[in-house]
Amino acid sequence: MTAAVSAELRAAPAERESGSRRRSNYLAKAYPLWYYLPAGLLFLVFFAIPTFASFFFSLTRWSLFDWEFIGLENFRQFLSEPQLIGSLKNTVIFGVLTSGAKVVLGMGLGLLLTSQIRARGLLRSLVFFPVLVSTIGVGVMFTTMMHPTDGLLNTALAVIGIEGPKWLADPQLALISVALVDIWKGVGLATVIYMAGIVAVPAEYYEAARVDGSGAWSTFRHITLPLIRPATFTVITLSLIGGLRSFDLIWAMTSGGPGFASDVIASVVYKQYQAGFYGLSTAGNVVMFLVVMLIVLPLNHFMRKAEVDQ
Amino acid sequence: MKSRIRINVVSALTLILFVIVFVVPFLLVLVNAVKDRQEASELNLSLPTSFHLVENLREVFAARNYMLVTAMVNSTILTVASVTGMVIVAAMVGFVLQRRSSRLNGLVNAAVLMGLIVPPAVVPTIWVLQSIGLFKTLPGLILVEITFGISFCVLLFRAFMSTVPRELDEAAIIDGCGPLRLFFQVIMPLLKPTVVTIIVVQSVAVFNDFVHPLYFLPGEENATVQLTLYNFMSQYSTQWNLLFMNILLITIPPLIVFLFFNRQIVAGMTSGAVKG
Repeated sequence: MTAAVSAELRAAPAERESGSRRRSNYLAKAYPLWYYLPAGLLFLVFFAIPTFASFFFSLTRWSLFDWEFIGLENFRQFLSEPQLIGSLKNTVIFGVLTSGAKVVLGMGLGLLLTSQIRARGLLRSLVFFPVLVSTIGVGVMFTTMMHPTDGLLNTALAVIGIEGPKWLADPQLALISVALVDIWKGVGLATVIYMAGIVAVPAEYYEAARVDGSGAWSTFRHITLPLIRPATFTVITLSLIGGLRSFDLIWAMTSGGPGFASDVIASVVYKQYQAGFYGLSTAGNVVMFLVVMLIVLPLNHFMRKAEVDQ
Repeated sequence: MKSRIRINVVSALTLILFVIVFVVPFLLVLVNAVKDRQEASELNLSLPTSFHLVENLREVFAARNYMLVTAMVNSTILTVASVTGMVIVAAMVGFVLQRRSSRLNGLVNAAVLMGLIVPPAVVPTIWVLQSIGLFKTLPGLILVEITFGISFCVLLFRAFMSTVPRELDEAAIIDGCGPLRLFFQVIMPLLKPTVVTIIVVQSVAVFNDFVHPLYFLPGEENATVQLTLYNFMSQYSTQWNLLFMNILLITIPPLIVFLFFNRQIVAGMTSGAVKG
């Protein structure tokens, strides 16, 4: 008995080893690691190297061909010039505003379009189509609609007796106006994400709530809202990542103007690049990197924790 | 009965609101694209008094020495090549990543996540492209587009791979399949739904991309369609009809894709929303 057990014990490691070797042989044969190579190489050359290089070149005065190390001078300039620090503020405002609005509107539209309403398919297509249209095209479209005197928005407002604002020409309002257009273009994506989340909630829960006599609001508050939390997280993360690096819509509509009123970090990066200040432009890139990381990573961490608690 | 009336009223009001918010802007583009120059400059929604469809089309195409034609060719090459590249390299990663746990998994997952979050560093990328001689070339831009699309595609492929049974791989290997044949002849055909989703989502994204061509492929002979619109903006500040015609032209490809692949696009863009 004891002998048999010990014999088995003695035999086991060897067998396990050969078994695992066979296993890894099989893995290597069926799923070779070199399949990572093409993607890995591209990622290294066009993403990882530029990203790491950006940390270094942000500390230099740089002309692509030669560089001069100047320490934190670029960052000092970035944080001391009003228009540059203004772009930092605008980036955060733009990101938070658009993602907040997309959460609220997307959730509302998602609920509406999963309800008993008629022509759901048509309504869903209407709200989603702008997602697929060229951002520059949308920018031109709304720039004409927001024209202070001839634009469609203000002529329509004039019909009902309201004198419309100057939209893009008003420094106070320019950034908000662009944010509104960004929300118009992006809300369809938030809506379909919420729709996917809402239809995934098991019908039994609603049934149980109805039996327990729960009203519409409390059903929403205590069943729908907690159960579509993953959709909310996705919408917030996606729109923040997109909003904080947003460039094309702002560039097409205001080019950062009037003055520097609607400049964001990404447009500063482009302007400094055009002006030939490659080091400063790269420093802007690093600032954008930091802003995205400082906002998105803690948020992601917090949201994951909330999900586990739930 | 009463609730049905209520549903009808709410539906009708919603539809009217949606038409005003989401259809009128496109209508504005449409009517102004066929007006003459003077009428279009009023920027309103009135129906055109005379149609200039063919005339405006011809003028938009002929502008700047047929730049739009060059741009359409460039955009087509860019889109097709980038999306093909993305699908192949990302499917290979998603396949091995889901099937085999190795020491690289953590690294690959971290890289995918970074690729989604980190904003690309622009000038250093130009520096890299320049040092390997690909700056201002279409192949250079294609490689950059592939790189920035990989993360999204890997996520989708990895998720879908987990629904393909492993027994299939084993059977294929026992039957004497090499890794290449296993991947391209057994696995890839099964990934078709994901491949279709990725093709539609990413081709719209690459076709509509403005930022990367602006930085990495400057120069008129290299223009892509989004850049022609941008260039026309400064040139045609008084010729709104041509500008609108250009918008109309570059909106048609996404519209066609949307009409045929609505379901796949929504599926691709919402994947992960339920699981988190």
